[in-house]
Amino acid sequence: MSMIKIKDLIYNYIKHDEEGNVAEENRALDDVDLKINEGEFVAILGRNGSGKSTLAKHMNGLLLPSEGAIWISGMDTADEDKLWKIRQTAGMVFQNPDNQIIGSVVEEDVGFGPENLGVPTEEIWQRVEKSLEEVGMIAYRKSSPNRLSGGQKQRVAIAGVMAMKPRCIILDEPTAMLDPNGRSEVIRTVRELNQLEGITVVLITHYMEEAAHADRVVVMKHGCKMLEGSPREVFAQVEVIKDSGLDVPQVTELAYRLRKRGLDIPEGILSTQELTDALKAAYTGCTSR
Amino acid sequence: MHVPVSERSDMKMSACSRCRMTKRVGSREKTARQKGRYMAIRLEHVSHIYNEGTPMERVALNDVSLEINDGEFIGLVGHTGSGKSTLIQHLDGLLRATSGKIYYNDEDIYREHYPMRELRGKVGLVFQYPEHQLFEADIFTDVCFGPKNLKLSKEEIESRAKEALEAVGMDESYYRRSPFELSGGQKRRVAIAGVLAMKPEVLVLDEPTAGLDPKGREEILQEIRSLNEEQGITIVLVSHSMEDVARYAKRMIVMNKGSVMFDGTPAEVFAHHRYELEDIGLGVPQVTRVMESLEKAGIPVKTGAITLDEAETEIARVFGLN
Repeated sequence: MSMIKIKDLIYNYIKHDEEGNVAEENRALDDVDLKINEGEFVAILGRNGSGKSTLAKHMNGLLLPSEGAIWISGMDTADEDKLWKIRQTAGMVFQNPDNQIIGSVVEEDVGFGPENLGVPTEEIWQRVEKSLEEVGMIAYRKSSPNRLSGGQKQRVAIAGVMAMKPRCIILDEPTAMLDPNGRSEVIRTVRELNQLEGITVVLITHYMEEAAHADRVVVMKHGCKMLEGSPREVFAQVEVIKDSGLDVPQVTELAYRLRKRGLDIPEGILSTQELTDALKAAYTGCTSR
Repeated sequence: MHVPVSERSDMKMSACSRCRMTKRVGSREKTARQKGRYMAIRLEHVSHIYNEGTPMERVALNDVSLEINDGEFIGLVGHTGSGKSTLIQHLDGLLRATSGKIYYNDEDIYREHYPMRELRGKVGLVFQYPEHQLFEADIFTDVCFGPKNLKLSKEEIESRAKEALEAVGMDESYYRRSPFELSGGQKRRVAIAGVLAMKPEVLVLDEPTAGLDPKGREEILQEIRSLNEEQGITIVLVSHSMEDVARYAKRMIVMNKGSVMFDGTPAEVFAHHRYELEDIGLGVPQVTRVMESLEKAGIPVKTGAITLDEAETEIARVFGLN
């Protein structure tokens, strides 16, 4: 069974005037179909306003479809009785670390979720400990969250979600407000959760390097799915991506430009090592001739 | 326990904004400015200690001396907590140095009766996520807010607002729209226009591209570049992106632990200090690493490229591409 299944999803933001009549309707999602398998790491890219966040908010029932439907582990988000179960299955991490932390001590913050689920105290502490270990923040369990760096706060926020024992985590630009160190901390943590714990990850990001690690990349444009495929397949389409206001990793663009100028190297190069190997092969080729 | 401490730091802030203001406009400044290259801002041994004398004491700036010249485009980089945000808040007098001196156009900004309010007009500070500070009902009124406080004529206020909005690429069709109807990048531009309408000589931007998509980032940076090149506004750009600094800044200042660690052209700094930069969590542009990796693999490229164009040109040269 797929972790997330989206079918013909349409979402309209409706603006009301003072009398409560519909003044404006904006289509944020336009007929989206998407399946995300259990254990997959999917990155969603797109410009501001392309519908990424709206899509994410459907994934744990924060928003309900105007038309179409979405199932989380087989549960329809429109089914109100399932809402708690859905939110427990699919946890959400947002952009601003300061808006998500409520506890005055790290471990209390992490325990907040399971406590609300009515988990017995003993088990809450076990879960808190395990989650903090998973995100590498166990040394800070007694700290005050406001003394932490942005990257550390985001890891605590992720631990808070992990303590709910979700099977899927949706991260909506979790690194947008972080510095490069904080960014790599968070991405490393997310990848580990995916690889070691088998958690399904949906990562929304503006950083193309982060998407390069995903199993699959989905590019959104004007509320529709524009491209979908492995990072290599998607980033090979440099022109399409740039035309739609996105970017590719610098090394990918360099390789693309060289290839266009006639150098014999493969398409969709994603890392420095790949480009070095390709250029080395090309160089040996042209000197031995 | 935390409450009194934060109150104390608030008190410190309000104490410095209490400085008295005078109406004198320095005519000396103008003649000096006409001579061309000129030191807009000079910091001499500036230190800043937060919560001095308490258990929470922290040295944020440690004996910083530097000069910011007229018309420069400076990329200011550093890890979180390196002191860069503290530094920029000194440039327009928002924070007062615990010790040391700051000169604006050769005038000591800490002398008695220094027109601190005028300084805030001349050194425009664009904070992170400035769009959170948009509050008026429409964009045009919002941009007028700053110049209105300068007690200018209505015509002058409006012409400044128009000019500022034009500089950031927002045309008349947007003037009467609510800031909340705009995209992230547009809001950001309106917020920058609000600062531009004050006609600053120096514009300091704290991560103006944070949270924007790649196209939005590029547009904002291009606009900042044209403010620098066409209007001669001095730019201090705080950034976490080494790629952006390499591409746009002419000078790069690296802060670490409250001190200036490196100061030079991006090419110099990236070429000579790669490992130090990596140690403090910054690194070098991806293409710079690519060139080093190629050289190590035995391809005879010159290293030192910091932009995509430079790297492309160099590799094309080695491979004899057209």
